[in-house]
Amino acid sequence: MAPRELQVQEKRELQKKEETTVPARIYMPTADIFESNDALSVVLEMPGVHKGNVDIHVEDGVLTVEGRLDFSKYEGMKPVYTEYNIGHYRRSFSLSNKIDQNKISAEMKDGVLALTLPKVEEARPRRIAID
Amino acid sequence: MYDPLDALFDFQKALESRLESDWLRNTTGGVGAYPPINVFQQGENLVAVLEVPGVTKDDLEIQAKNNTIRISGKKNISYPDRASVHRRERLSGTFDRTLTVPMQIDADRVRAEYRDGVLALFLPRAESDKPRSIRIN
Repeated sequence: MAPRELQVQEKRELQKKEETTVPARIYMPTADIFESNDALSVVLEMPGVHKGNVDIHVEDGVLTVEGRLDFSKYEGMKPVYTEYNIGHYRRSFSLSNKIDQNKISAEMKDGVLALTLPKVEEARPRRIAID
Repeated sequence: MYDPLDALFDFQKALESRLESDWLRNTTGGVGAYPPINVFQQGENLVAVLEVPGVTKDDLEIQAKNNTIRISGKKNISYPDRASVHRRERLSGTFDRTLTVPMQIDADRVRAEYRDGVLALFLPRAESDKPRSIRIN
């Protein structure tokens, strides 16, 4: 199959539950989520975010990922033509499975954050043998 | 005092207001083409910034000639075999886009930087394109 031509995905601004005191815009990273027997994988696109500026936490069954944009690179640059805006990133997901918080691992490459959230032992599917 | 957040806010407003500008309007592949491009002025040179998260450096190709830059490449996404996919928002595929800027650039001195899914192309204005002051005799 020939690879299809890429289309632009409009950035979605995060709908905040609570009001923020910071004027900067926050966008929702584009996400893929898939699950294997042992773990849940969440892949998020956060172009421009360096791995040191990512914050990941799970609280009350909610996974929250935040990525802060280093804006200083744009200093002294005057926009003359634009097709997208920039900002920080944040997105939350409620987790249906129990996740072993201490074993969450993350990898960041080319602006894409790949999270592996291992399920706790009792949440993994088991094959039941019939006697 | 320099407040980075104020600066970011102002910058975002500047980006937004420029969305209505017709500068370059007829010279790019058009809004909606991938990847999205922002163009900045930095001194007398231009900087084009593109968001291509998930594209590896080796899958990017950049060509420059006269006042035209061509950016092409492909984005691959692979899922493990034995996984059930719950959500699939990321897109993969190929892209090919041309940007023509309204000034002559020095194609030999174009510099590309790729970091964290963002490609920055530094486009120096050609010497021959720079304005010269004329002395009156």
